[in-house]
Amino acid sequence: MSFFDALRRRARAWLRRAAGALGHASGGAAPAAMRPDSRWAGPLLLAFALLCVSPAFAQIGDTTYRLRDPVQEQRAREIGKELRCLVCQNQSIEDSDASLARDLRRIVREQVERGASNEQVMAFVHERYGDFVLLRPPFKWSTLLLWATPALALLGGLFAIWRARRVAAPAGIGPLELTEAERQRLAALQGDPKA
Amino acid sequence: MSEVMTPAPKPSRRKLLLFAPLGVAAAAGVGFWAMLRGLQDGSFNPRGVPSALLGKPPPEFTLPALESSGLPALSSADFRGLPGPVVVNFWASWCAPCIIEHPHLMALQRQGVALWGVNYKDRPREAQAFLTRHGNPFARLGVDEPGRVSIDWGVYGVPETYILDRGGIIRWRFAGPLTPELMSQDVLPLLARLRA
Repeated sequence: MSFFDALRRRARAWLRRAAGALGHASGGAAPAAMRPDSRWAGPLLLAFALLCVSPAFAQIGDTTYRLRDPVQEQRAREIGKELRCLVCQNQSIEDSDASLARDLRRIVREQVERGASNEQVMAFVHERYGDFVLLRPPFKWSTLLLWATPALALLGGLFAIWRARRVAAPAGIGPLELTEAERQRLAALQGDPKA
Repeated sequence: MSEVMTPAPKPSRRKLLLFAPLGVAAAAGVGFWAMLRGLQDGSFNPRGVPSALLGKPPPEFTLPALESSGLPALSSADFRGLPGPVVVNFWASWCAPCIIEHPHLMALQRQGVALWGVNYKDRPREAQAFLTRHGNPFARLGVDEPGRVSIDWGVYGVPETYILDRGGIIRWRFAGPLTPELMSQDVLPLLARLRA
């Protein structure tokens, strides 16, 4: 971390000096002064690239317990993405910075390294923390309402529409023809001389 | 146009309908009030995670003692052949809510309740300083510096309190500091029932 901080500090220093050089050059009248000193082009580019890159480094997250085997590490990450961090609750243990999440990440990796299947690792955590730890809840009686809610909402909506239409249908728009009295009133309003 | 409209519902029913939003608002108000009250006395915790170990024995484990305390260590073997119910409390010296709930633990100890502690991710010196300063309520104390045994118990933060019956089965768990309401409504009645 401190290595990148140092790099970024240096990049910032370059930028500052480059800006200074630019300001100095534009002060001169010669047309060549419009072009920034080419000595700074390389460092400037590097600084820009570094500024773009640093958030990507942050996204990799905690690398303390990464497995050496990329296939195993990938599997550990897939498992971790399915497990809720019980401290933050809206993040998976792969995304969370809580110390419990760190411990669980480590446990997942230890077990993957030992050759446990995804199911075995998930079962280990599930045994200790229950359904809540699974970001994808299992389908069973106690979670039936949870899973059925979208279907129930859709059915409810359809029922409401069906009812509303059934009640509204007899009212309709009414007869399309005007009555004699209405026709006379309309003509009077329009000031038709034939009326 | 009125002749083509559906006949209006009976006036008494329509009038009742006027009160429907009021009724909904009143119900929501009562619900909110109950939630807020529960939040305050600790009986309702929207972030609470039910323990997966209820009705089960604790995991197999062996924890070292906090040497400076002179208290015996804690392991799963201690839960076999209990004379009565046991309260297990997970705590740490760096945990502020643990200080808040500490008087309740001291009260349990004074009442002769078997109270065993697990010191979670702590430094021995600071754990000892905590006990010296606030008093030691524990008859046994295990030190879980790596926090692995606590994970086996399903602990996700400190303080957490478990009550086990004399058969060594976990009957109750609360994640968070004990409150006077929890003590009088849950902990003490359950202990009395388990002792009977």
